[in-house]
Amino acid sequence: MAISKMTAAQVARKAIENHELFILDVRNKDAFEDWKIEGHKFEYLNIPYFELLDGVEGILPKLPKDKDVLVVCAKEGSSIMVAEMISEVGRNVYYLEGGMKSWSMYLEPIKVSDLTGGGELYQFVRLGKGCLSYMVISEGEATIIDAVRFTEVFTNLAKEKNVQIKHVFDTHLHADHISGGRHIAEETGATYYLPPEDAEEVVFNYTPLEDGLTVSNGASKIEIGALYSPGHTIGSTSFIVDRKYLLTGDILFIDSIGRPDLAGLAEDWVGDLRETLYRRYRELAEDLIVLPAHFMTIDELNEDGTVAKGLGDLFAENHGLNIESEEEFCHTVTDNLPPQPNAYQQIRQVNMGKVTPNNDEQTEMEIGPNRCAVR
Amino acid sequence: MDSTKVLDAKGLSCPMPIVRTKKEMDTFDSCDILEVHVTDKGALADIPAWANAAGHSIVDQKEDADVLTFYIKKA
Repeated sequence: MAISKMTAAQVARKAIENHELFILDVRNKDAFEDWKIEGHKFEYLNIPYFELLDGVEGILPKLPKDKDVLVVCAKEGSSIMVAEMISEVGRNVYYLEGGMKSWSMYLEPIKVSDLTGGGELYQFVRLGKGCLSYMVISEGEATIIDAVRFTEVFTNLAKEKNVQIKHVFDTHLHADHISGGRHIAEETGATYYLPPEDAEEVVFNYTPLEDGLTVSNGASKIEIGALYSPGHTIGSTSFIVDRKYLLTGDILFIDSIGRPDLAGLAEDWVGDLRETLYRRYRELAEDLIVLPAHFMTIDELNEDGTVAKGLGDLFAENHGLNIESEEEFCHTVTDNLPPQPNAYQQIRQVNMGKVTPNNDEQTEMEIGPNRCAVR
Repeated sequence: MDSTKVLDAKGLSCPMPIVRTKKEMDTFDSCDILEVHVTDKGALADIPAWANAAGHSIVDQKEDADVLTFYIKKA
């Protein structure tokens, strides 16, 4: 029977549209438990490829006949081998093109909303890694916030919309993924902004992103205002877009809050995190829509695939915003933290411009989930 | 370390290093040792996991430049 390839883009559509999929993940058990393709209606079977070398007969009864079966491995090779074996015994089967490597890289632009005066707000959802980037578009101009390293996805949308990229922001110096912000700015002549408190060691020129800085995008002057909100890093800055959207970076997520330890100073920054979440954000309008820079599980996605929720809802429901005692808060965000993101120290060095790994090395560094949150 | 045979799997990518390793091991007698040279980084986790599942033991391993070397003793 037939073997077909499925692309990361096709898998992403299935995840977002809540389709069924049976995933036979043939990576070793540790890799699977650490990080896998998430979908509400996805089912899983994890059998390492090296346990199937003598044949797949033993697992056939576990593979459904009424659903698409997708074989997944790290880079693709083993999934093709296993898919061939399954096909030889008479079943239709898919393999994931490029494996988890391509899943980690895939990025889907989804329109969040229209903005004042014909503007548009896009969220770029990187499902495999849980990274979210943003682009504000209006009348000939674009502003990008927290771009991941696949710069052409952003420049292509700008071309398609016939807009010029004017401003590129990073809310903070990222530790879980490599920023594409500086490279987009170099390529397009846009201004690249970074919070100076996070940028003490960077080796390139940037424009300081200060509290209260406001830029306006396009002829309809969509306002993008910076709000200093330290805690995940000392420089972490949020944005209010069109007086309606609050881009929280890695400070506040839908179902969790930012962890303060990735730059090595958890104890020092706990107070800042508390101040930001329990005072600064409390002063904002509750009808702002929160747009974070990450999600941790597929449950945080809305039906249209976006990750967004009202600030008032988060005040009511997000555990991290409802810890009354400062002492308990401090324990929650400094004790028993989950493991750090893969290669986070190297990734910070890359984002400072101190090292320039090649493409394959960058892919390797970014393998695995983002792990920027604490619940 | 003395090995019964050396398998050069350098330059091969997953799943070939393990496919070749298994093929060699299938011809071995109990306690024979296969020395495998690989460059595929996935082998670092996969070869010990495979050996463990198959009942073989990794008696030694080393990393030199980009080459990983495993000494695998047949069960």
